This record gives sequence, C-alpha cells and structure tokens, in this order.
Amino acid sequence: METGRDRPPFTAGTSSDVPSSARTPGRHCIRNDRLEGKDVSTNSLKEPTDRGRAGDKIFSGVSLAAGVLILAVLFSVAVFLLVQAAPTFTADPTEITGGEGFAAYIVPIIIGTVIAATIALVIATPIAIAVALFISHYAPRRLARAFGYVIDLLAAIPSVIYGAWGYIVLAPQLATVYAWLAENLGWIPIFTGPASQTGKTMLTVGIVLAVMVIPIITSLSREIFLQTPSLHEEAALAMGATRWEMVRMAVLPFARPGIISATMLGLGRALGETMAVALVLSPGALVASLVKTGNQTIAAEIALNFPEAFGLRLNELIAAGLVLFVITLIVNMIARFIITRHKEFSGAN
Amino acid sequence: MSNRIDVKDLNVYYSKFLAVEDVTINIDARSVTAFIGPSGCGKSTFLRTLNRMHEVIPGARVEGEVLLDGDNLYDSAVDPVTVRGRIGMVFQRPNPFPTMSIRDNVLAGVKLNDKRISKSDADALVEKSLRGANLWNEVKDRLARPGSGLSGGQQQRLCIARAIAVSPQVILMDEPCSALDPISTLAIEDLINELKAQYTVVIVTHNMQQAARVSDKTAFFNIAGTGKPGKLIEYDETTTIFNNPSVKATEDYVSGRFG
Repeated sequence: METGRDRPPFTAGTSSDVPSSARTPGRHCIRNDRLEGKDVSTNSLKEPTDRGRAGDKIFSGVSLAAGVLILAVLFSVAVFLLVQAAPTFTADPTEITGGEGFAAYIVPIIIGTVIAATIALVIATPIAIAVALFISHYAPRRLARAFGYVIDLLAAIPSVIYGAWGYIVLAPQLATVYAWLAENLGWIPIFTGPASQTGKTMLTVGIVLAVMVIPIITSLSREIFLQTPSLHEEAALAMGATRWEMVRMAVLPFARPGIISATMLGLGRALGETMAVALVLSPGALVASLVKTGNQTIAAEIALNFPEAFGLRLNELIAAGLVLFVITLIVNMIARFIITRHKEFSGAN
Repeated sequence: MSNRIDVKDLNVYYSKFLAVEDVTINIDARSVTAFIGPSGCGKSTFLRTLNRMHEVIPGARVEGEVLLDGDNLYDSAVDPVTVRGRIGMVFQRPNPFPTMSIRDNVLAGVKLNDKRISKSDADALVEKSLRGANLWNEVKDRLARPGSGLSGGQQQRLCIARAIAVSPQVILMDEPCSALDPISTLAIEDLINELKAQYTVVIVTHNMQQAARVSDKTAFFNIAGTGKPGKLIEYDETTTIFNNPSVKATEDYVSGRFG
C-alpha cells in the first residue's frame, strides 16, 4: 500500500504515449546537448541560488559542532572518571578507607545520597506543582506575575546561602521537633532516638534540599501548565468540569512529561548538591533514623575530603564521583523511559 | 422538560467593550437553530453566553437574562458548572483529550458526575453515545486507542459523542464543520438532523448552505462597523430568512451581496 501511493496513477505512460505536439523544442535541445557531452539546459530551475545556502551551511555546521562538543565533553569526563577511579577497584581492600574494600565504603554514602534526594523530592514535588498550578491557573494575573518572579528569584540564590540558612536558622529550630518525634514516634525506624541536639541530621538536609529544588520544579512546571491548549481546557469546562476537574482532565495529563522532566532536573540538583549538605549535615555512619546524627552523601563526602586527599584516597573519591555520575545517568534513563512509554497518548501525533 | 431557551435583552461585554447588544431571542425546544452573519459579528460570543462559557475569558460578563425552561442561567445562585453540564458544547476545532483513549474521552464528562459507574454501564453508554454520533462502526475495534489518532471528522464526532454522553438538554455547536472536509461535514449534518429528535441544537455557521440544510430557524447577526457591537438583525423560519427576508441587510447577506 505504501509503495502504491508513491507511484503516479498512470504508470503505463511512456514517451510513446505523449503526443508529438507535446514534445517541446526545449526537450530536443537538452537531448542534443547531452549527446555532445555538455549540459547547457534552458531549465531555469537548475540555476543555483546562493541566497540562503551559505546560511544553511553555517547553521548546520554550528549545530553539528555544538552537538559533537557536548558528546566530547561527556565522553572525556567519563574517561577521566574511569581512568582515575580504576586503581580503587584493583587495590587491596585493607588499603581502602574503612579497611573493608570499596563496596563497604561506598554503599552507605550511596544510600545516604539517595535518602537525602528522596526526602527532598517527596517534600518538594507536591508543593512545587501546587505552587505552579496556583500561579498558572488560580491566582489573579497581577499576583501571579509577582509570585512567579519571586519563585524565579529563589532559584538564583547560591547553595551556600541555603546551606548557611539551614545550619544557623533551620537546624536549631528543627532540633526540638526531632526531640518530640523521637519521643512520640520513636517506634517508627526513621524517627528512632536519641534525636540530635543540634538538628544537623539527614531530615534537615532533605528539607533544605527541598527548599532549593522547589523553585526549579515550580518554574518549569508553571511554563508547561501555561502551555496547555486552551482548546482542551475549554473542552473540560464545557462538559461541566470545575476548575480542579479541568486541571486534572486537561492540564495535568498534558503537562505530565514536563512535570517528570522538571522533577528529574530537581533530582539532579538534589543528588549533586554539595555545599548545602556539607554545611548542614554532621556526617557519620549510616543509620536508619533521620533524626539522629549520621549518614553522609557522596557529593559532600568528596567535597569535605578532597582538599587533603592524595594517592589512593584521591582515586577513591573520584570513584565515588563516578558512582554519582552513574546514579544520575540511571535516574535520567528511567525518566526518559517513563516519558516515552506514554508517547502515543501525549497528543504529539 | 421542553428544553427551550429564551434570551431577554442580553448585552455581552469583554471588560468594557460591548460585543453584542440587546439580543432577545426565543429558541424552540427540539429544533435546530442556526446563527449566521459575517465574521466578528458576535454570533460565537453570543453562543458562548448560552452555557456560560463566555465568562471563562477574564473580564467577560453579560447583562440580561438567559432562561432555560424558565430558569435564569445568570441567577447569582446558579453555578456555571451546573449550567455547562446541562448545555453541552462542540467547538470549532475538534478537541478530544489527547491523553485519553476514545473510550475515556466519551466517558470524561460522565465520570465528573458519577465516579462509580459500573463497567457494564460504562460500556453500554460508550456504545450508545458513539452510535448516537455515528462513529461506533468506525471505532468499535479500537476504543482503547488514543482519540487523537482519528481523522478530523471522526474527532469532531467523538466530541459530539462526548457531549451527548452526559445527556445534556441543549447542544451548542460553534462552527463544528469549519475544519472538516465535505464528506465529514455531511456526516455531521446528518447527525445534527438526528440529534434534534432528542436535543435542542444551536449551531453557529459561516456556511449559509449549511444553515439552509440543517436548521429550522435562522438568526442573522450583523455589525454596523469595526468596534461597534454586534446585533441580532432578523430571526425567523430558515425558509423565510433565505427566500423572503424582511430586512434588507439579511437579504444582501444571504444572497451574497456582502459579507
């Protein structure tokens, strides 16, 4: 069926079917020229147009170069990580920090990293989506603009400021909350006491990270929400949907891939965040309780130990960096998978 | 329940701009009423006031009364959500929800009111609505496929199925065929003829032949000039409007002398 469509309807038509009167003198000219080995045709369409051609070439060259550059940078980072991390994997387990091999060293801080990022996303995603929806669909227009501006401003605050705020302001406040949690909800493993006196625990880190991630997810989600086709919003409203039902029927399904992408960007920041974690957390061994002192994340571990590291210790930290790189990669691939799985229903077709 | 609409002295505004001025019209139950007129004369705007979709646009408001079987839609105690559930709407461009299957599209409105509809009831309703929209035979084997994969004409009939699934009293159609080819248009027009047995249908159209073919009564809207409000010029039986209109402007428009 596909090939049939490409073919013209009358395939039987050959030159013999063409009435001789239809053969223009021009045709004969071309044929004669070909015989003589020249190609001087009268077809004006063959004349090259230089206009725009150069622009096309430059643009395709620039975009190709940009694409290649990204791949090259990514590749060289991966090579650097692999080469520098390699000695760690072949070294004698007793020489690794902790004395029990690389796995025993890295697994607790992988878990710590994942815990911190998970807390951050669990707190940040619902709040960010709610705020974005408020700005895009509920707030009066003038208020929405001011609000959106403030949110964008929050995204621009350097992480060291958030870290300092978490360390000086938030942690002491939370210490009393943690004491209460440990006392009353201590039977839940994540709230087991004794609670940290300073409040510099994993839960505080997660909260600080959530505050840092909220503006990112909010501003991206808001942009997506605003792009919902009004056609679909009106379709929902015209069926008798309330505003919230309209949001659920038209806005959220449309924005779903965008929300996932926004969350993944937020997760990327939470996973890789170094300064805020290093400032807020008083690190220690892996513990299940989020209100006790303990735990560590990969990024903070690298940052805290890098200045004094040399030899195998340096390789070890770079190997930890490699692990972080792989985690981020896996998370992004999962996100891609989730987005493409529903491609058919995305409305892009 | 007769499902008639009576509009009394309606003025329609966008913020301070008066878009449609002083419309009084009585739309019969179980009939097809067509609104015709040049672009920008306010016929679509007026149509959208009949199910309170007009006020979705910020700053839009109306003065006057729209009565559905004697009940004023614009009474302060009336929730626009209720109004829109009773008076369905089909838009100019087909707008099935792209993230939903054909089946879910049909059920979208029903699930708003009755979340716990049983599967067998839902199946029966989907079939009934799609049959009502003359679409069942074309999609019965692919109800789980996305609605956006259908052709434009099929999508528009899917939207009609979605509108009639909630058993509205009135169906408003805002140029439902303007994005469709002649064959799909014919399918929709046949459908409109069938719908009027059960529903009151109001249709805005740019196509005068279409108005002549499908409607029982026709209302002609016009504007005096850009920036002036649109007005209802003449409203009568369709045959009268097209053959023997009483106003000169109507005659000029339907005979193609302007507009």
